[in-house]
Parts: sequence; C-alpha cells; structure tokens
Amino acid sequence: MFAYVVRRVLATIPVMAIVALFVFSLLYIAPGDPAAVIAGDQATPDDVERIRASLGLDRPYLVRFGAWVWDIARGDLGVSIFTNLPVSLMIKQRIEPTLSLMVVTLILAVSIAVPMGVVAAWKVGTFVDKFVMGFAVLGFSVPVFVVGYLLAYIFALELDWLPVQGYTSFTQGFGPWIQNLILPAVALGSVYIALIARITRATMLEVLQQDYIRTARAKGAGQRSILFLHALKNAAVPIVTVIGIGIALLIGGAVVTESVFAIPGLGRLTVDAILRRDYPVIQGVVLLFSFVYVLVNLVIDLLYTLFDPRIRY
Amino acid sequence: MDRRTFLKAGAGVAAIGASGGMSAPALSQGANARTLRFVPQANLANFDPIWTTQYVVRNASVMVWDTLYGFDENLQPQRQMVEGEEVSQDGKTWTFKLREGLKFHDGEPVRSKDVVASLTRWMPRDPMGQLLRTLNEELVAVDDRTFRWRLKAPFTKMQMALGKNATPMAFIMPERIAKTDPFTQINEYVGSGPFRFVRDEWVPGAKAVFAKFDGYVPRDEPNSWLAGGKRALVDRVEWTIMPDPATASAALQNGEVDWWENPITDLVPVLRRNRNIAVDIADPLGNIGSFRMNHLHPPFNNLKVRQAVMTALSQDDYMGAVVGNDPALRKTLGGFFTPGTPLYTEEGGEMMKMANLERGKQLLRESGYNNEPVICIVAQDQPITKSQGDVTADLLKRLGMNVDFVATDWGTVGQRRAMKNPPNQGGWSMFHTWHAGADATNPMIYNAVRANGDGAWFGWPNVPAVEAEVPNWLAATDLAQERAAIGRMNRAAVENVVYCPTGFFLGYQAWRRNVSGIVKGPIPFAWGVSKT
Repeated sequence: MFAYVVRRVLATIPVMAIVALFVFSLLYIAPGDPAAVIAGDQATPDDVERIRASLGLDRPYLVRFGAWVWDIARGDLGVSIFTNLPVSLMIKQRIEPTLSLMVVTLILAVSIAVPMGVVAAWKVGTFVDKFVMGFAVLGFSVPVFVVGYLLAYIFALELDWLPVQGYTSFTQGFGPWIQNLILPAVALGSVYIALIARITRATMLEVLQQDYIRTARAKGAGQRSILFLHALKNAAVPIVTVIGIGIALLIGGAVVTESVFAIPGLGRLTVDAILRRDYPVIQGVVLLFSFVYVLVNLVIDLLYTLFDPRIRY
Repeated sequence: MDRRTFLKAGAGVAAIGASGGMSAPALSQGANARTLRFVPQANLANFDPIWTTQYVVRNASVMVWDTLYGFDENLQPQRQMVEGEEVSQDGKTWTFKLREGLKFHDGEPVRSKDVVASLTRWMPRDPMGQLLRTLNEELVAVDDRTFRWRLKAPFTKMQMALGKNATPMAFIMPERIAKTDPFTQINEYVGSGPFRFVRDEWVPGAKAVFAKFDGYVPRDEPNSWLAGGKRALVDRVEWTIMPDPATASAALQNGEVDWWENPITDLVPVLRRNRNIAVDIADPLGNIGSFRMNHLHPPFNNLKVRQAVMTALSQDDYMGAVVGNDPALRKTLGGFFTPGTPLYTEEGGEMMKMANLERGKQLLRESGYNNEPVICIVAQDQPITKSQGDVTADLLKRLGMNVDFVATDWGTVGQRRAMKNPPNQGGWSMFHTWHAGADATNPMIYNAVRANGDGAWFGWPNVPAVEAEVPNWLAATDLAQERAAIGRMNRAAVENVVYCPTGFFLGYQAWRRNVSGIVKGPIPFAWGVSKT
C-alpha cells in the first residue's frame, strides 16, 4: 500500500510536466496581448511595444518556457504581470475562500444527495422517487448563476436572512464565515446534489436486487440497517468515484459562483487572469488545479479499499 | 470515551460556538460610518498610474498621489501642491514654489527633487509630457520647495499639462520611487494625497483599502474636482470589486456597500425604486463611442468608402444599443470633441449627423468599392464594444459591404489592432472602442483625433490639415483663438473621416442616501464624502 502511494505521488510529476507544457504552449499560441491591456486604450503602439519588452514578452518561446520551468523547479511560480505580486502570494490570498466554498458544498451535497438517492431507490416508483428524480433533473438543468440569483433575491434581498455577497475569513468566527457561504454553497451544490443523488439511486437499485439483501431481509434485518449498512456500503464505490469526478465540476462551478456572490477566490482570479492574459497567474493556478485533481483521484483510489476490502494495491 | 460523553462534549462545543464564536463581529455604528464601501468600475489589478493608463488605476491614484495643479469643475487648472509660479518675460522659464507642510505618507517632506523625478518619469508616457520633453531645456530643483523649468520655446498650456485629469496624470511620488523606468511597474505606493494605500489589505481582483492620511494639509479653498481642499471625511475607503452588476445592485440595496460607480442602465429602474438609494449622472463629461477604420489598407484607405460609412451611420442606433432609450444619457454629435466643454464645435460636422443610408450607398458606388472583405474585430467581453459592433455589422451589410465579423475579446483586439499587416494577413479593417469625455477636451490629450500617419493612434490616419491645427491651438492665447483652431481641425477630421464617432453617452452612479458629498465628475472623488 505504502509503495503504491509513493508510486502514485511520483507519477504526479510527469503529469504535472505535461500539463505545464500544454498550458504554456496554449497560452503562447493564443491571441491577446497583456501589454496592450496594461498600456490602456490611449497608449501608442510604441508604448505597447516598450511595455511588452519590459515584461519579457518579446522573447522567443523556448527562452520563456525554459525560464518558467527553471523557476517552477525552484518552487517559484513567478510574478504577476499586472499586479507585480508573486503568484504564490496571490494564490495564498485566494485559496481560503475557494477551499471553504468547496468543502461546505461537498459536505452539503453529500449529506443531502446520498440520503435522497437511498430513499428514492427504496421508494422506487413512488411519489418520493419521482420527486427526487424531478429535483435531480432541475438541478442539472438550471444554470448555477440562475440558482444563485434566485437564492440571493429570496434569502438576502427579500428575507434579509443572509448577505448577498462577499466572504468572511474563518478566523473571524464560524458564524460570519458560514453566513457568507450558505447561499453560494447551495447554488454551487445544486448540480452536484443532482449528480450524486442519481448515481446513488441507480447503484442502490442494483444492490437492492442482490441475493444478500434478500437474505438480510429474510433474517429480519431492519429497513434502515439494510439500506445504510448492507446496501449503501456495497454501493459506495461508484458513488465515491462520482464524488471525486464531481470535484472537477466544483472547480468549474466555483468560477461562476464566485463571480455571482463576489467571493474573492481562485475561480475569479483565474477568469481575471485569462481575460487580461496574465500568463504567470494562469499557469500557476492551472498547475495548482491539476495537482489538486491528481491528488483527489489518489485519495479516491485509496478510499476504495475502505469500502471494498477485496480491492488491494 | 462512550457515546454519551461524546455527545455531551459535542453539545458543549456547539454552545460555545453559538454564544460567541458564531456571532458576527460587532461593528459599532461609528466605525461603520467612518468606512465608505465603494464598488469601482473595474478591478484595481495594479497600482502604477504612470505605467498603465487604465482609468480605474487613475481613479484610485488620485486618493494616494497629489498633483501640482488640479482641474476644477470648469476644466480650469488650479494650484494644488503648488503655492505659486512665476513665468519669465519670454515665457520660456517657469519657476514653481511648493506649498508648505506637504508630506509623503512615510513622513518625509515633499521636496523639489521628488517633483523633478516624478515629472521626468511622467513625460515620456503622456502626450503633453512628450511635447514638454521636446521643449525641455532644463528641469531642476532650486531648493527643497522651489523648482525651475527652462524650455526652448514658450508653452502656455503648462498648468493644463500638470493638472489635467486625463491619463496619465502628473502625480508626484518620492524620488526613490519616481526613478523607476516609466515602462516598469513600481512596487512601493507612497504618495502625499489625502488617503494612503493600505497595501497589506490589497487583494487584486477583490479588494483595495485606502486609509485617511492624518498628515495631509488640504488647501483652504473649497473643493472642486481635483482643485481646492481635499478633505477626507471618512477614515477608510474600501473598494470591493464586483464583476457581476446584479450582485453589486443587490449589495447596494441590501446596504452591504455604500456607493456604486457605474450601475448598468438596465438596473437603474430597480435602484430608483428603492427609497434608500440615490441615482444620478456619474461623469458629466461622459464618453464618445467610436469605431476606427484602418487607413492603410482597402477598403478604408479609400476616402469615399470612409465617407460612405460615416454618412450612413445613425448615432441613434448606436446609442440605443449602448445605453437604451433614456434621453438623459445620450446625445448626437456633430464634432469630435466632448460636448459641453469649451472646445466643442460642430463646424463642418454635418456628415456625422446625416444618417442617410441611400446617400451612403451612392458614395460607396462612387468609391469603386470592389467587395473587399471588411475585417471587423469586436471585443465581446466589453458590453459597449459588443453592442456597437453588432450595429456596425448590420450597417455595413445594409450598405452592401462584405463583412467578416471577428468576435473576440478585448485582450485580442488590443493585440491585433496594433498590426499594420493587410487585413487578410492577420491585420484588421475596423475595431470599436470609446473615449472618455475627459480625454477628448483638447487635441493634445486626445490621441484618437490626431492624424499624423505612423505616429497616429491605431488606424494611422494621415491628414495634414488636422495636424496643422495642433500648433495653432497650442499657440492660441485666448479661447476664441483656440476655438477657431479647433473648428478648422474638426472640419478636416470630419471631411477625412479620421474615425467615426458613434454618439455621446453618459453613465449613472448610485449611492445609499446616508452618504453625502458625492459629486458629478470624471473621477469618483472620495474626499468631501461623508456617511452617517
């Protein structure tokens, strides 16, 4: 097991290298010029050219790529073209809100979606099942920003229960922290809840047909025990897989959610950087996201062993 | 630990959380009233007003850095850091004296050497500064409070150059910072303005904080825009960046922010219905919508084709797309300069107001237009350029032109418009933008109207008759002479279609009614603004 973990961690290095090459090359060939954005609309072509030279953007591809890789190898993600701040500092400033949003969304989604899916499978064909499936279709169909606006309108503007926007650090207390996260987490979690609930239902339906469930019933096991101890544990592997895949969904959704709720997270940092062509920031954030994704996959692979003792690495 | 002990411990932790840890930090009424929460037009992504000419950077910078002179609401430069000035009889030597008591935020006094270094950094980046650089004989510090500028020729617009609000403004920084190359970004933000920049709280893209500078000595005169006493009436100004207008609107209605610089027109009726919110015009100098044609390549190197387009275009169509039907927000232009300012003229501007499609078609036929493709590059991420681009594409098609509509983003437009290649080799035929009215008040700061060929702004128009009037305006000794020169310039610019103005438009600002002192101006001035 330990050897497996070490192998998987080492395997992230070539993956990250490929991601780095890919991202750098894509940005290099993509149109757009940060120097023009910096210089502003009134700048002359000469001004733009001088700024481009001062930023080193006039250097050849290989020279720029080599310099960037050398910096990365030394643990330096570079300096933002626009803010003149280290990319690592900008990520540090933004990581807490995004992490908080993702964790709260994850907890909220799993704690709602899994029981929903289980109950829908148990009451298959009934009104409860149809309601859960209807909710899932709605969750898939309505865009995150629409859900966000609706929630903000009802719970912030009309009822005045929660703030419309912003983020308060966890260090300033749990109350203000969670107040700012409830609406964004619900908005972001709607798709995620739909996805997990559907998968849970489908997997549970299959498991509930198995012989050992019939045996458990025959032995007089209670419904709750059958559903949550016998069936859910055996249905867990695909559910955990979907939860893991869904983290990529969360990263994508966080971009929109952070904009709608003015949360100063990594999603907004990424979008701003892309629009301005702030190459070091884009490269740094994409590398971070890919690393997180690789890590999440590793954790999920390890979780399989918890739910299914037959799986060994 | 058994189950009951665990549950008890959990309940205890929850109780502690509910009693203290979960409650929001109390912000006293006084503290709240001393913080002005502002939603700016854009993200403060960097903070060097010389390195970049973005308006949002200029708007933040006026709080932190002071200027020698400042424009008042009549667009007249008034003394600000300067106590007085003397001009030699031949008009070539200016001697300035700084006010007493000027201090930087690090406690150091503002000295003449700081001014010399700051102006030296500013000159290469500013059109008026560049002119001053060509005239420059010697710029020296005489003593700590006196500096002298000797020129090769008289320059009557000196105070205007040093006090204008168009970017880049001539901000005064400490010498050690001002010695940075003008094309390299500074990384220390020390000024002598009424607010200091709280760098530790700056999260680019999210938040910027400015704290009142207790060492600032305002002038005695009443405040008027960038002139007079800049009195900070709040302790902190917090900028919160909100990319989504609906969120900013909701935050303003909910009292989570106090002042929103640029609400979109669609949301203004909602804000007006809220009795706690006031809405008014933000900047009376407004903006001029425009598209520029590439004078170097077909089809727009042909004057008749350019005239055909200008003759056919309807400014009403453009302004309807940009700001809707609110008549308070739009005006049809007959000239290139900002309406309502001293130099605005409609001399020779009939073609701009014609909106005659049939006449346009006739001119196009006479031009010999041979169905060359028009590469129309349009930034879709800027609502103003997007809506103008849609109107133009429709107009050109109705005229009978072959339009290749390139939908892209502003970053790409910024890069592509600098290319002089033919349109089918990576170049372009036209792009859309807009000019702040504050930047279109005279020909020295108004790049877009200049027509000096290779030295001109993108599109590179070459119209000697336009350029001939620039020195005439500079040499003018009174407003009548200035207006005469600008009238001739306007006529030449229209006849040769230097570019196509698409109309004049204004924008709104909105604020909570417990905030007072907000004025209409080209910059959201934070001084003089208080909150209860």
